[in-house]
Amino acid sequence: MNGWCGKILKIDLSSGRTEAKRPEREIYARWIGGRGLAGYYLRDKVTRSWDHPEMPLLFFTGPLVGTTSPTSGRMTVMSRSPLTGTAGDASVGGSLGTALKKAGWDGLIITGRAKTLCGIEIADDQVTLVDAAALAGTGTSGAYARLKKKGAVALAGPAAGVGVRFADIVVDGHYAAGRAGLGLHFAARNLKYLTVRGSGKIRIAYPEALKKANEDVRRLMAASPVLLGELGIGQYGTAALYDLLDARRMMPTDNFRRTRFDAARRMNAHAFRQRYAPRRTGCRGCSILCKKIAADGRSLPEFETLSHFSALVGNTNLETVMEANRLCNDLGMDTISAAATLACHGEIRGRPLEPSEILSLLMDIGTGRGIGQALGQGAAAYARACGRPETAMTVKNLELPGYDPRGAYGMALAYATSTRGGCHLRAYPISHEILRKPVATDRFTFSGKARIIKGAEDLFAVVDSLTACKFVFFAASLEEYARIYTAVTGVESSADDLLTAGERIDYSERIMNDNNGFRGTDDDLPARFFELPGTGDGHLEIPPLDRAEFLKARAAYRRIRGLNEEGRPTREKAAEMAIDWDGSSEG
Amino acid sequence: MERLIRKYVDKLIRSGLAEAGAPLMGARDAELIWNREDKNRAILQEIFTGLHISTLLFALPAEPYRTLVDFLARTSPGTIHPQDTETRTFLHDLPVVTSLAPAEIIRALKNRKCAIVPGRGIITYGTVSPEQAFVTFSSACFACFVKFFADYLRDVRNGSANPEQKAVFQQVVDYLGSPARLDFSLTHGPFRDEATVLTAMEEAGKATVDCRLVDSYFGNISCLFKDILYISQTGSSLDELRGCIDPVPMDGSSCVGITASSELSAHRAIVTAGTHRTVLHGHPKFSVILSLACNEKNCALRGQCHLRCPRRRQAAGVPIVPGEVGTGPYGLCHTVPPALAEHRGAIVYGHGVFTVGKTDFNDAFASLLDIENACRKEYFASL
Repeated sequence: MNGWCGKILKIDLSSGRTEAKRPEREIYARWIGGRGLAGYYLRDKVTRSWDHPEMPLLFFTGPLVGTTSPTSGRMTVMSRSPLTGTAGDASVGGSLGTALKKAGWDGLIITGRAKTLCGIEIADDQVTLVDAAALAGTGTSGAYARLKKKGAVALAGPAAGVGVRFADIVVDGHYAAGRAGLGLHFAARNLKYLTVRGSGKIRIAYPEALKKANEDVRRLMAASPVLLGELGIGQYGTAALYDLLDARRMMPTDNFRRTRFDAARRMNAHAFRQRYAPRRTGCRGCSILCKKIAADGRSLPEFETLSHFSALVGNTNLETVMEANRLCNDLGMDTISAAATLACHGEIRGRPLEPSEILSLLMDIGTGRGIGQALGQGAAAYARACGRPETAMTVKNLELPGYDPRGAYGMALAYATSTRGGCHLRAYPISHEILRKPVATDRFTFSGKARIIKGAEDLFAVVDSLTACKFVFFAASLEEYARIYTAVTGVESSADDLLTAGERIDYSERIMNDNNGFRGTDDDLPARFFELPGTGDGHLEIPPLDRAEFLKARAAYRRIRGLNEEGRPTREKAAEMAIDWDGSSEG
Repeated sequence: MERLIRKYVDKLIRSGLAEAGAPLMGARDAELIWNREDKNRAILQEIFTGLHISTLLFALPAEPYRTLVDFLARTSPGTIHPQDTETRTFLHDLPVVTSLAPAEIIRALKNRKCAIVPGRGIITYGTVSPEQAFVTFSSACFACFVKFFADYLRDVRNGSANPEQKAVFQQVVDYLGSPARLDFSLTHGPFRDEATVLTAMEEAGKATVDCRLVDSYFGNISCLFKDILYISQTGSSLDELRGCIDPVPMDGSSCVGITASSELSAHRAIVTAGTHRTVLHGHPKFSVILSLACNEKNCALRGQCHLRCPRRRQAAGVPIVPGEVGTGPYGLCHTVPPALAEHRGAIVYGHGVFTVGKTDFNDAFASLLDIENACRKEYFASL
């Protein structure tokens, strides 16, 4: 095969057995790789409890990984989310995807539970299960330092060991597979780490065509202010968005009770650059290099982390943000969920958190101490337990990131309809509502947004399956990536053909969620956004979202997506997309 | 959606890209709506169902584009390959289909942003907004105009222009109209406050569009005022700059200008030299056409002119420099600022013209207009 390796490695930790699966070519063509292919292997297991031994933990690369295709060094990690109960996935950078592919594997399916804490070490065809007792309770930074000679490294931190629902997996010391609580799957399997080393090469169908298509994408990247402009994320990391989101009055502040942070100018990407003089680095095969590492080895915060550990929790101390980011990384916890849960706690408690409290509470969560145990269940569960569910700013139990939906109505709809809950990355309408790409749209209207969100969800399902980086789509489009896909795999395909696959991938996830009891009423936002205005500036008012308009847009979205009036998948639509039907709805 | 359809249909007509009554535009969110009745609606409706899109635009271009597009479609089997920067960067090429058959058009639009149906018109789409369909339509017209005139100049110089080419040339020249002129002064500087800066930028931007010195939404404009560079946002229309100008602190203390034009680096480098406070960038057609006209025989760098042309070329008394959009290794941010240190303007190969002003936009605008009109004169003189 070209592009794909044609092999998937299955490891059963209960028995220690390994198996090489060889999917038919048709499976690859339909599900592409990454999120699509992982979803295919999750589908018939997804109704089990997340910690059931047969619930697979999936690591999947895409057909472009390991090639010269721009920004293609990513991979997907997927399983059922312990935090939300939805199908849960994370796209993660670093070198793990490339290493797995070079080792000859398109994906990795881990099931079972080891009797004692173990590590999986893969070197091309060789798979070894290693005793990892010595690493029990070790932070990700310490464990990574001990393992990095073995190749690419994926690790769970102490947070997973104490049952934190938003535990993540840390790749290569700096890259988090976050949001869905996938780190907890490591603990459920008694797995501490995974290392991969690969020495093979990926076969390319049409090398000259790939070269030409790559040039087209690189030219577009160079023309993109957001990517490679002097104020863009190549220079400052995603923290470059901080000033803009505050200027647009979309910075979630005080647990989403306000939308502008007075101290933003002192906490911005420039301030971090001045203080920490970071170097640029990034995922394997990427020229954007959005990851910023300080001289002392700590990662600089991404935009969402910076936003939440400053504005959302009312912190004005740069070093506290740096430390909070480092702590989350070392403990193995999703920064967005951690900060949002603390903000929820602050609101319930009735006073903002001091910087030192932020750090000590993070330690409590990551080590399961005191109130940390309750906070470690996530904002929704914590707020419910406190009798204050309205303070949890979540959708389907997933904490919302740093884009206030009152300032971008497409974002509001996207949060509500995302298959993995309150996620900014499923449709990322910030691209056109704020960053003007591919063209600017009116951020204060729902008009046209239903179809835009559906289209973007399909697009990013493809991107997560190829597996490429979403950022590059601020500049390039599927038109260019379809050429890359064809050049790499030899499969004749257009942008539109890929979108059809994206639609299938998204719909399959909706069926999985439906099978797990999610209903159309779950596609909603916290009441606060319909009741409380954002922070205006005298010239620009940020009113609460109009509930009736939101519901109208959601109904339009359902029609476009092929869901029934209750927002549930249908047998007919599944058949139209050639998806096996095991839906529980009216079909 | 209705408002956006109306807006871009009106804009097509106002820009001289289509005649009143010609554009047929449909857009859909949950429901599909059209700007008017038309016998081709059923065909377009079928195309809608075959693609993941939200907008379709189909229109016969106005003259001279109609004649040029048809000629190129007839003489470029399957695909037209313009060499201007916008096409090279964003459109790649322009597919030609043989009929309005939905299957054929769907096949073309699955791979490219537009399709040309000889004798019938140009069909484009949007996935996010009707604006995309408008921009692509405009860009296709611009690309065909530039390609035809550039090819014609080359062929006349080579002695290879054929009778059909000559006939088309004679036909379209009659449609060109008089050279553009501006009959009033723009706001005079030095500007006293931010509000005046913004108003002056809006005014100059609109004049640039009104004089057809820029097509669709391309082009950019900036003004330095009190250590802040005010610059038009990426993808903003120069005739609609209200709310689309970013204040970028020159000391780099804020990234709020992350949405600024992709040419921020070039603008910043130009004003940093201290001589000029305003910068204007348009895409006037004859300046672009002349920039593509090179007499060099057997050049080893043919095909890489936009990246690394080493020759000192000039048109209308200003330098022609290589450079791609943005900040890459061949970005025009490396070539334009040095050229503007010694000249009132610079032409970027296949792309457009940058001009500068000392305190306001009067001199920058006058230079842009002069350069284009001089290039137009030079073009016809060199035939």
